[in-house]
Amino acid sequence: MKSYDFDGKAPQGVSRKVTSVYVYEAPVRLWHWVTVLCIIILSLTGYFIGKPLPSVPGEATFQYVMGYIRFAHFAAGYVLAVGLVGRLYWAIVGNHHAREIILVPVWDKAWWKEFFFEIRWYLFIERYPKKYIGHNPVGQIAMASFIWATLFMCASGFALYGEGTGEGSWAHTAFNWVIVAFGNSLDVHSWHRLGMWAILLFVMIHVYAAIREDIMSKQSMVSTMISGFRMFKD
Amino acid sequence: METFYQAMRRQGVTRRSFLKFCSLTATSMGLGSAFVPRIAQALETKPRTPVIWLHGLECTCCTESFIRSAHPLAKDAILSLISLDYDDTIMAAAGHQAEAILDEIMEKHKGEYIVAIEGNPPLNEDGMFCFPGGEPFVEKLKRVSADAKALIAWGSCASWGCVQAAKPNPTRATPVHQVILDKPIIKVPGCPPIPEVMAAVITYMVTFDRIPELDRQGRPKMFYGQRIHDKCYRRPHFDAGQFVETWDDEGARKGYCLYKVGCKGPTTYNACSTVRWNGGVSWPVQSGHGCIGCSEDGFWDKGSFYDRVTSIPQFGIEANADQIGMTVAGGVGAAIAAHAAVSAIKSTVLKKQDLKPLDDTQNKNKENV
Repeated sequence: MKSYDFDGKAPQGVSRKVTSVYVYEAPVRLWHWVTVLCIIILSLTGYFIGKPLPSVPGEATFQYVMGYIRFAHFAAGYVLAVGLVGRLYWAIVGNHHAREIILVPVWDKAWWKEFFFEIRWYLFIERYPKKYIGHNPVGQIAMASFIWATLFMCASGFALYGEGTGEGSWAHTAFNWVIVAFGNSLDVHSWHRLGMWAILLFVMIHVYAAIREDIMSKQSMVSTMISGFRMFKD
Repeated sequence: METFYQAMRRQGVTRRSFLKFCSLTATSMGLGSAFVPRIAQALETKPRTPVIWLHGLECTCCTESFIRSAHPLAKDAILSLISLDYDDTIMAAAGHQAEAILDEIMEKHKGEYIVAIEGNPPLNEDGMFCFPGGEPFVEKLKRVSADAKALIAWGSCASWGCVQAAKPNPTRATPVHQVILDKPIIKVPGCPPIPEVMAAVITYMVTFDRIPELDRQGRPKMFYGQRIHDKCYRRPHFDAGQFVETWDDEGARKGYCLYKVGCKGPTTYNACSTVRWNGGVSWPVQSGHGCIGCSEDGFWDKGSFYDRVTSIPQFGIEANADQIGMTVAGGVGAAIAAHAAVSAIKSTVLKKQDLKPLDDTQNKNKENV
């Protein structure tokens, strides 16, 4: 990946000029925040589908608690999946930065060198960070893992959804192979739930890394995903 | 050779009863009334299909279940409908006499007979853990299946492996489809399978002379196309969010959903919630206990019967997705906090170090200007 005008050796802060580069196009930003919303809804409802809330009193005729929770989960799942398909499409037609988290150049030697530099930076061994317009190599790996995890969640999710909608429904036809591959619907449930935890871990690390970089490496992170511009504050 | 109809008449079944039986069979197989005359005609004209019933490593619960079939009546109709020529558990002959019958069927009906397998072959120690009639069961299975038209895997043993294949599976009990690779195999899982389902599957095969439509895992769609949960009479309580929280609580008395006490209905494909048991009298959920998922692959190794989020055996420890997730999340949270603390300290130190030379440079710049 192109490092921006900086080799990680010299001290910073000679001059205080601010440069800004347009990094994330509108569809990428929209996808990001839609996915954030979906993950919040999906994790909450998903948690309560596996471990339901305390029973509600009254006649079953007038209650639909589980029904609404499951509806929210399925609806958010559809949105997440459509968003992911849209994002993959944008990786093809979008700018260079729309591709970097999908297609990680693991065959590139220089990329690995930078990858280990970033590992050292995160382990406090390197003194100064490199600057990237898009993602640094470690970030790329994390984002690519997230994409794969989300793909798994969509595939296993629609496989489980297809169990309910039944034989002949599109979800059953397209995704029942996941159940067959695991051999057992219960295992798919367990791994789908484990997938939720994996994505929550990603979110924890992702948010921490973004805020930390925003503060420490003198470039904008959080606002970049809102405005699309990355500011370099030196 | 006599037809099914002749055999049934010989056994004292009236034509009226015969036609009733045809309707019941059509209904239980999910076929419309137009199929009743077709079933009747098939049974009137076709010679009986010989069935060889083999017993491997098993507990005979499939046979116990099968002989209790109410629709079609197993006692009279099925035992005459299918010509169950060889079944070493319930046949009258024994010893060499019985084995002679087996040889005779295999020779006389080469390529015509159906082999129904109850239990499975253990493969360790050359199959010595199951040794019926003087030969390892795996040998017998291969020998008898070689000239069969089709195979029926009765129960979870033959279909998936069941209890004898549960970890660590010391005898290497192996389901039939992993041993016999070149024959169509119909899996009828369950521990035991529902008798009416067993009877209907076999009736379908002899009536239509073909195997029923199977799903991707080889089970007849008409009985294994839906989960217990999909047709459960307690489903409205699930959707409402009304659960049995503990045994014997208010919810249990009111017949609420058993999801929270570990019911495996949502992950189990079987017909219990529609066909029920013992002639439609009851079934597990109706009697107040969750489904244990006995017709699913490896149900013995999937953690507790009483947990909804069950332990994941792949991790080698008793842990479920939530325990694993929360533990790792806690670890990562602590790591992030520590990392943030170190980052803060480091940046403070760096600032102190950097500010001096920086100021010097700026001063120099000023001087130059």
